[in-house]
Amino acid sequence: MSILIDADTTFIVQGITGREAVNLTRECLDYGAGAKVVGGVTPGRLGREVHGVPVFDTVAQAVAHHGAPIDGSVVTVPPAFTKDAVFEAIENGVKLIVIVTERIPRRDVAEMVELATLRGARIIGPNCLGIIVPDVIKMGGIGGPARNAAQAYTPGPIGVISRSGGMTTEMSSTLSAAGLGQSTAVSIGGDAIIGQSYAELMPLFEADEQTQGIVIYTEPGGRMEAELAKWVTEHNSRLPIVAFMAGRFMDEMPGMSFGHAGTIVEGKEDTASEKIARLAQAGITVAERIEDIPSLIGDKIAERSAV
Amino acid sequence: MRFFEYEAREVVKRAGIPVTDFGFTTDPGEAREIAQRIGGPTVIKSQVLTGGRMKAGGVKFADTPEEAEAYARDILALEINGHMPRGVLVDPKAEVEQEYYAGVVWDGTRKQPVMIFSPVGGIDIEQVAEEQPDKVGRKHFSNILPFGDFEAKEVIASTGVTGSALNKLTPIVARLAKLFVENDMTLAEINPLGRLKDGSFVALDAHMDIENEARGRHKKLLKDLGVGDEETRQAREATPFELAGEAVDSQDHRGVAGNVTEFDGNLGLVIGAGGGSLTLFDAVRAHGGQPANYCEIGGNPSVSKTCGLAKLVLQKPGVDKIAVMMSIVSNTRVDIVARGVIKACLELGHDPAEKIAIFRIPGAWEEEGFKILEKYGVEYADRSVSLNEAARRAVEKIQGTTAASETGAPGLIPGGHT
Amino acid sequence: MRKDGTFIAVEVADETAADAALATKLTEACPVDIFATADGGKLEIVEKNLDECVLCRLCMDAVGGRGPDLVKILKLYDDGAVLV
Repeated sequence: MSILIDADTTFIVQGITGREAVNLTRECLDYGAGAKVVGGVTPGRLGREVHGVPVFDTVAQAVAHHGAPIDGSVVTVPPAFTKDAVFEAIENGVKLIVIVTERIPRRDVAEMVELATLRGARIIGPNCLGIIVPDVIKMGGIGGPARNAAQAYTPGPIGVISRSGGMTTEMSSTLSAAGLGQSTAVSIGGDAIIGQSYAELMPLFEADEQTQGIVIYTEPGGRMEAELAKWVTEHNSRLPIVAFMAGRFMDEMPGMSFGHAGTIVEGKEDTASEKIARLAQAGITVAERIEDIPSLIGDKIAERSAV
Repeated sequence: MRFFEYEAREVVKRAGIPVTDFGFTTDPGEAREIAQRIGGPTVIKSQVLTGGRMKAGGVKFADTPEEAEAYARDILALEINGHMPRGVLVDPKAEVEQEYYAGVVWDGTRKQPVMIFSPVGGIDIEQVAEEQPDKVGRKHFSNILPFGDFEAKEVIASTGVTGSALNKLTPIVARLAKLFVENDMTLAEINPLGRLKDGSFVALDAHMDIENEARGRHKKLLKDLGVGDEETRQAREATPFELAGEAVDSQDHRGVAGNVTEFDGNLGLVIGAGGGSLTLFDAVRAHGGQPANYCEIGGNPSVSKTCGLAKLVLQKPGVDKIAVMMSIVSNTRVDIVARGVIKACLELGHDPAEKIAIFRIPGAWEEEGFKILEKYGVEYADRSVSLNEAARRAVEKIQGTTAASETGAPGLIPGGHT
Repeated sequence: MRKDGTFIAVEVADETAADAALATKLTEACPVDIFATADGGKLEIVEKNLDECVLCRLCMDAVGGRGPDLVKILKLYDDGAVLV
């Protein structure tokens, strides 16, 4: 099985006529069994097609055309319009929203997330590449063109959660090369406020029989690792976790911003070394190098199954 | 972006929160005039974006306008932690009965703003939270429901404050919460918030940070405060090298080849994307390498933009070679980056095979990219070579010997401030 | 007419370059502005943009499928291999 999406998931692409969205749509249609992209939305472009996908002015029109609720939406509209687009999707019954757009002010993200929570919907991102279930479906630009995605991602027992889109692929490729495939890989976004954190996705992986271990990519900034450590301890999780932490050098340069928007180190708890200590306390192994991840997670899975 | 105290106080004032009758100036003579207008003792405060100004002598108490002028002159010439002051703030010395704290920040876990209030102010709120946790109240508020003044009242009352103080503080904290949201702040803090002899409250110092991504929505406020578009107010000011990097990145709208940060090493880095750059920078240092810079490529930049970035790094004094490395790319194209960096070498009259220590970018269009690299004899690596191993090879090449042990990371020296 | 960049060369048949309708089509098709139309409708190749070519083939499509015959994209880094 997988989490969040499967072969039957239907979704739309909001902002489908944009340059990146056109590519992303092609990639999703081509990957695995072919995603069910049931429509696209760009206001004023009703009646067009993008790679055979009908374009509508509103999400409501897309839902009416589909004749049934639509599961998801990939939102790739400019930052100033993202909040409205996401509200539109939520108010039209969409339950899973992947926000690709970067540089959205936190206030807007917080509003979107709160509305989603009220309506029982889930937001992935912003500033993310989406979700992939190897060989089955991808929702978003994750892994790139179908051919490239197939090179990096293979089906298997590892759940991948990453604050960096590119590193989702780098880690999955490393796992695949070592014979460890992925159940689902989720690029959760690099911003200070995001729809789904590690801890919020853990219950889904916990309930997924295919998943036997978790690999995460993390960076300095924010409290998301503390939240994960707490969740793992409190729920006595069955899943072993290996984390990779990039940006250790930032501990020496407080206040400077590198990488993602969420990496500005503002206080002691946000630093790489604090995070590593906190993760270790919760029994989460922190890998020094990407290439060490497969053997670390492999060994931990073997240990647990031996008990 | 952080505001100076005099700016933050202006924001507070505009929100209807009482402030003292302060004045800001860059001129000692004008400081005297302000002190004269105030009448009575004043406080002269250095306007710098760094902590510890009291300790450094950046805050002085003046009894007369003449003293105010003399102190202003001293403080205007006083560098604090490498920062020269923007000016001085001349403030009436208030007779404060008690100092309180009021602040609003984002809680990234709850994904809501949180009000923080304490009847113990004037010191770091973290210290109060540690030593007197019952004296710190916290309350989250909704992003979509209208803010109610009762929410401010609750957070204040939770710390044991009652009576007329509670009723006077409620609108102040409520206004602070609203200004935080309306101005897209990431921090809005009044510390200390003073209770004067007559029982009234006044903001005596304020810290405010506005989110960079939202600056475009607050053009009027920033213009009124005199904040220029070019002011980034990072922990240290951008160096000419970093500004040149920004210029390269903004030359066209295709992709990113920027976020350049200068260091004092000899290994030029042309790296990406966000997470890959962080990983690679760590790896280079773990192998004893000394980076000349940090940067990020992503979103499939044009050949000319990549070329511009590579040229900038290659021309940096002290740079012997560049390492071109990224995590597996799916949007950015291998061949486009290869063309960009090779072109940079050629245009500067260098042999790409000599100047490029290693090219490790696997992924989209790698077959074409590798053909280009082969033609110019550049050493490249595919995905079977890890980011860590690529960094090791780059460091080894530049040192011309076997790389130092993994624990041999040298100290990190941010460049441009020698 | 042929112009060479460092990595990419573009060759356009003379009759294509002189055909104002085709010139316009090529100018509109190229996403990295390698083609421009001069006053009078004659096609020009913009030398500084040659190396930006993303090998998308849109120019070859624009000349009605007569791809390499009328518009040739040559990969100079690959022994001048012609994009087909």
